[in-house]
Amino acid sequence: MPSTLLQLSGITKCFGEVRALRGVSFDLQAGEVHALLGENGAGKSTLIKIITGAHLPDGGSITLNGNLLGPLNPAFARTLGIACIYQQPALFKDLTVAENIGLRLEARGAFKKVDWVGQRKQAETLLQLIGADIHPDEEVKELSMPEQQMVEIACALGAKARIIIMDEPTASLTRKEQELLFKVVRKLRTDGMGIIYISHRLEEIFALSDRVTVLRDGESVGTVRAGAVGEKGLIQRMVGRELAASSIQKNFTPGAIVLELRNLTCKENGTKNVSLEVRAGEVVGMAGMVGAGRTELAQILFGLATPGGGTILVNGKPTEIKSPSDAVKCGIAYVPEDRRRHGVMLEMAIQSNISMASHGRLFPGGWLHEGRENEEALRSIRELGIKTSGPLALANTLSGGNQQKVALGRWLATKPRVLILDEPTQGVDVGAKLEIHKIIRELAASGMAILMISSDLPEVIAVSDRIAVMRLGELVAMLPADATQQEIMAAALGQSVL
Amino acid sequence: MKASKTIKNASRFSREITLGIGLLIILATLAVVAPGFYQAQPLLSLLTREAPSLIVACGMAWVIICRQIDISVGSQFGLCSVCAGLLAGMHWPIALVGICAMALGALLGWVNGFLVAGLRLPSIVVTLATMVTLREGLRWKRQGEFVTLPDTVQWFGFSQQQGQVTIIVVSLLVLIILAVTARHLSLARDIYAVGSDAEAARLAGIPALRITCFVFVLLGALTGLAAILNMAQAPQVDPKTGTGLELKAIAAVVVGGVSISGGRGSLWGVFLGLLLLACISPALTHLHVEAYWERAIHGGIILIAVAGDRFKQGKENS
Repeated sequence: MPSTLLQLSGITKCFGEVRALRGVSFDLQAGEVHALLGENGAGKSTLIKIITGAHLPDGGSITLNGNLLGPLNPAFARTLGIACIYQQPALFKDLTVAENIGLRLEARGAFKKVDWVGQRKQAETLLQLIGADIHPDEEVKELSMPEQQMVEIACALGAKARIIIMDEPTASLTRKEQELLFKVVRKLRTDGMGIIYISHRLEEIFALSDRVTVLRDGESVGTVRAGAVGEKGLIQRMVGRELAASSIQKNFTPGAIVLELRNLTCKENGTKNVSLEVRAGEVVGMAGMVGAGRTELAQILFGLATPGGGTILVNGKPTEIKSPSDAVKCGIAYVPEDRRRHGVMLEMAIQSNISMASHGRLFPGGWLHEGRENEEALRSIRELGIKTSGPLALANTLSGGNQQKVALGRWLATKPRVLILDEPTQGVDVGAKLEIHKIIRELAASGMAILMISSDLPEVIAVSDRIAVMRLGELVAMLPADATQQEIMAAALGQSVL
Repeated sequence: MKASKTIKNASRFSREITLGIGLLIILATLAVVAPGFYQAQPLLSLLTREAPSLIVACGMAWVIICRQIDISVGSQFGLCSVCAGLLAGMHWPIALVGICAMALGALLGWVNGFLVAGLRLPSIVVTLATMVTLREGLRWKRQGEFVTLPDTVQWFGFSQQQGQVTIIVVSLLVLIILAVTARHLSLARDIYAVGSDAEAARLAGIPALRITCFVFVLLGALTGLAAILNMAQAPQVDPKTGTGLELKAIAAVVVGGVSISGGRGSLWGVFLGLLLLACISPALTHLHVEAYWERAIHGGIILIAVAGDRFKQGKENS
């Protein structure tokens, strides 16, 4: 008989005029993985923050093990056994695993003696408990992403957590790393813990979760058994409308070669002898495992790394690209992977963000022309479907998907001939994802040459005309658009594994 | 729709409005308690005295908006003053002396900018080093000796009143030009962008390092100009002139609402901030409070300003 660990009922939360949650109810049983699903801005993060005590709800009640809880705060929630593991583990990189675990769990006091031996033992026990093969004396910066997440889980277990929240834990993991993490999650479930699991990847949710709660516009659309509704049913619940299952029109008529790389090599970032051409109107997908050297290649093309050898030809002319401004002048645009760190300026208006890379074109003479800037921003908002109150709103008022569109809008405003997209839909919900795919195809149809780096194989297959696969800094395969996921994977892994 | 827009604008200029109200309160108090404050000549002298600081503060505002800092302006000011004084002593025309002082300031700024942007050194350390080096170098060279100026230099050869008006007009012109530029030049937008996130700006194709270097050069050139406006107010140049100017400028910038973490702020705020701080001293005199309190009150205002920023940001972030 499963017992209810956590019960939320009628939770409401407003931020100013925005109602983030409108009476959400949610329950978590001992020994289950309960997935939380919803588009960006549906209220998942807010709900999580309420459970971890980072936000106070405006209304509703929280019951833990049958006891009604008063106002929570993060420290109190932790003592109650609620732990949250974020996408980016919050560990001290220069300390060892044991020190990190010790720091979290030990009672603090400036003059308390550190129990080095006990700390190490404790770490060992905890890591064994989750079956992680990590040495306690290793420094955290040496660990891979899932290993770091496991250290986080070990911390949570050490703190006697009964409820573990995982916020998109697999976003930057390779498939093999995912399996490792899943094994641990399944073990936690067998041990009777409650796990709240947030992810945008539906196949993970089917593979892992017992029940799924779908949030839409701050309301719960219902809790279902994952297997009972199927992928289509879940997507439909998330977006509230039937989605044409990734049937994107690819009408590629090959144009002239716009971008050509000949034996491009860069010792510093590990790029080896890459030759590639991209034609006008073509989308070349770039697949590969994390760390295969795809972002590094993009960085060379955008002047962020200097090639040691080889040539870059733009429109047939050999070109030297020494800085991003050179790249912009050549008509190359790069929408970086981490939009929050390198993409949009959160404190600036949407229109300033959009015009930022095209000052030369929009404002010849260096004099800002507000009307022209406004016009450009309005066009982006219209064409990319950015959901906002207007071009003067600050970028930090937008949801993740819409920020991504602003980043894209900035680069489209430069009227590029070559567009490099790095993980264009990472952390973006299903609805916005499909929109972005359509936009990419439309841009190609308008004659742009597009290089799309993506770790999402269905996305690569759905959007690309050709698929380039990289491995360890080399271009190892060039596959046609109808390649299967298995074929791509095999190339990315160097054949032997599959 | 229109009302909400007005409110939005009001919140955008909240710092300027608060400062304006604070200034009005002080001025109104003085009008009631000490009408003597409002005599034309002392008031004119007060504004003339503050004019060079205003110009330096404007330059400093750009440096801080770009998320850098320059604490060597006081020493730059001193060096520019002494060199300008020597040139003026050789009977160079004052306009040429002014250009030379600005060029020297720009060069000193470029050295800072090169060390910060070119070698990626932290600006606080770089400018601390140049501050000490320039100041001590000047002391060693001049041995504390004053530079005596020819008569034609004081008040640019005008009468005192005309000279004072000229100085005030020039400094206000600089303020207006820079404030208008801040809103309408794409270069200014780039500076804000670099200050709010240098890496993101670089990825947007903005030459972030060149812009960082540029703000130091601009501050240096403005410091040179300020040195000339200061020099014209006295018959000789003290080689110690400009000591403490960096703190005054930074205080005005911070009180004026420029975010010390870069990317935010306006020059109008800096103007009001400087006026507010400048009014404190005569206000104290007229209210018969001991002048020792001036610095303490300045410190208090700076703390309130920074705390106000924090509070505002905290509210936006939650």
